Amino acid sequence: MKKTKTFPKGGVHPKENKISSLKPIEKLDLPETVIIPVSQHIGAPSKTIVNVGDKVKTGQLIAKAAGFISANIHSSVSGEVIKIDLIEDPSGYKKQAIIIKVEGDDWVEDIDLSEDIKKDINVEATEIKDRVLSLGIVGLGGATFPSHVKLSVPESKKVDYLIINGVECEPYLTSDHRLMLERGEEILIGTQILLKGLRINKAFIGIENNKPDAIKHLTELAKNYNGIEIISLKVQYPQGAEKQLIKAITGREVPPPPRGLPIDVGCVVHNVGTAFAVYEAIQKNKPLVDRVVTLTGKQVKNPSNYLVRIGTPIANLVEASGGLPQDTGKIISGGPMMGRAITTLDMPVTKGTSGVTVISESESTRETVLNCIRCGRCVEACPTGLEPYLLMALSEKNLMEKAEQERIVSCCECGCCAFTCPSRRPLLDYIRLGKTKVMNIMRRRQ
Amino acid sequence: MSNIIIYTIFSLTAVGVSAAVILYLIAQKFKVEEDPKIDEIEEALPAANCGGCGLAGCRAFAEALVKTKDLENFYCPVGGSECMANIAKILGIEAVAKKPTVAVIRCSGSKEHRQKTNVYDSAKTCAISSSVYSGDTGCQYGCLGLGDCVDVCKFNAIYMDQVSQLPIVIDENCTGCGACIAACPKDIIELRNQGPKLRRVFVSCINKDKGGIARKACKVACIGCGKCVKACPFDAITLEDNLAYIDFEKCKLCRKCTLECPTGSIIEANFPPKPVKQEELKEE
Repeated sequence: MKKTKTFPKGGVHPKENKISSLKPIEKLDLPETVIIPVSQHIGAPSKTIVNVGDKVKTGQLIAKAAGFISANIHSSVSGEVIKIDLIEDPSGYKKQAIIIKVEGDDWVEDIDLSEDIKKDINVEATEIKDRVLSLGIVGLGGATFPSHVKLSVPESKKVDYLIINGVECEPYLTSDHRLMLERGEEILIGTQILLKGLRINKAFIGIENNKPDAIKHLTELAKNYNGIEIISLKVQYPQGAEKQLIKAITGREVPPPPRGLPIDVGCVVHNVGTAFAVYEAIQKNKPLVDRVVTLTGKQVKNPSNYLVRIGTPIANLVEASGGLPQDTGKIISGGPMMGRAITTLDMPVTKGTSGVTVISESESTRETVLNCIRCGRCVEACPTGLEPYLLMALSEKNLMEKAEQERIVSCCECGCCAFTCPSRRPLLDYIRLGKTKVMNIMRRRQ
Repeated sequence: MSNIIIYTIFSLTAVGVSAAVILYLIAQKFKVEEDPKIDEIEEALPAANCGGCGLAGCRAFAEALVKTKDLENFYCPVGGSECMANIAKILGIEAVAKKPTVAVIRCSGSKEHRQKTNVYDSAKTCAISSSVYSGDTGCQYGCLGLGDCVDVCKFNAIYMDQVSQLPIVIDENCTGCGACIAACPKDIIELRNQGPKLRRVFVSCINKDKGGIARKACKVACIGCGKCVKACPFDAITLEDNLAYIDFEKCKLCRKCTLECPTGSIIEANFPPKPVKQEELKEE
């Protein structure tokens, strides 16, 4: 085996806590009602095309993409639309959502529901893009960037490699891990479909070496597929971040924003979950109506991985794994590093929910913020090579010109700085605030 | 020995004189002609450097003023009309009088009125809190109570009330510079006319949710019932997106609306306490 690769600068190694990694993916029962928000992706919210009282089938289009960077949304159950209302999203602000009363699971006819693996790819490259768009596939790693955009390569750019992200560097979460173990074949076919869509023939699947079983399994399977190479990576957060992954695998460095995109260095990155969704979309004609979600936490009775329909309330997941533990302090949608705390369990699972982490009271409380002692740990930990302590100070003092010079917009918001700070300073909170302000200033300047 | 002293004095004097000549010539060459009125105006300004005029400090304001012929778009909220009249005199143009304004906090959702639904434990500034999520109560419009407005006020005109966790404006100190308005991420603070004897009537709520939802989140929310709109004899109140708004230009401070408001979200500030009506006394 080759020497394990990783990105060269910064990074941290939080406790992995992958407690649910041995639990096979379970299908979660349908809830009584599903709540499907119309903005589950980055970009413009989709436009609702159903009315209250309409009967919908599973897989039926209920909201249409509004613009290039937007995605279609399909009903994840069959039943009656009972309400189109404003529902709190994870940020607490109210956004439009379609609420469907579940009456059963009656799928749209032309969706292939069989479990058979279909290997032959009988579609043209342009059709792949159209199907990915029409079936509402978005990046399932958490950022939910509409996938068809990544398949539309501008003519001036050339793509060399497709990188499939199976890193899952986020502590606790195991949904990608389980998917790779149980749906490895499908992921590889999905990868081939994406390769065909991009008209290239070299793909890497990056997996951290804390998942040796997944690496072994996929390497074994990949022997039958041309041009797919499995890369074992050293465990290091934030390896799952696009830029760090590209650096780790190809050694290429994505230029800093506002211009820098992976495509500028000839790479396109997709998550393993997305590769699986693409397989289902192209080979089975199945829209993105479900995803694997990890429900985990040290105190949770039965942490596990569930195949959940989009729109299922998180409360149902919690119930399935044995209810909320007594001393719950925070419930996080996503993992502890990148996720965000939610305020109510009524919130639905969306396309971007890769996991739900329940954290105990004692672990979730922020400790008192102390003064910066200039130890430089945050500088060492920053994978982008910024000076977080300085950026925080500039943001606090509202010195945005200086912050721009110090490249605050390059921050990838991984949170390594705040994680490593011995004075527990809220570095990322301030940097994120400054970054938003600087981005606004830059936009206005244009 | 004395020779050395004499040489030193002569040579230093020579250096000094030649340097003075060079400096004088350079100063003449690169002289910046400045309107003397700038200094004069700067003198007349209150020197608060608050940015309330929209420019970076009093000097910048003075520089902008000498170039203009029309005072329509220039106003120093700190100095007020009196100060602007002085400046107009210096410039020899006509002054435009504006009514003095004061900041009002349009949220009454104190701790007892607005239940906390979660705990916010990140950096203690409203800007960060509001960028992360809607807030620690059921109302997504209401005050976050972390005091960004207090921090930016240069005139000690706002303080955070410890009991209600809401900011309170000290009317006498408020100059209406608008710094707090820019700092508030929720757009709760509004500049309103000071009104006679600082008396004001305003809707102290900006919740645009439907009545039921707003009321559930906060006991003193405007529920958009429209009773005040009907009660107002001067057409000063409008109702939009389930929220009433009182136009301070039209409001005659009759206070009929405050009697009608079922949730008590309309506030009357600085009025003397109401005399108890005769009928009510009889009933007792």
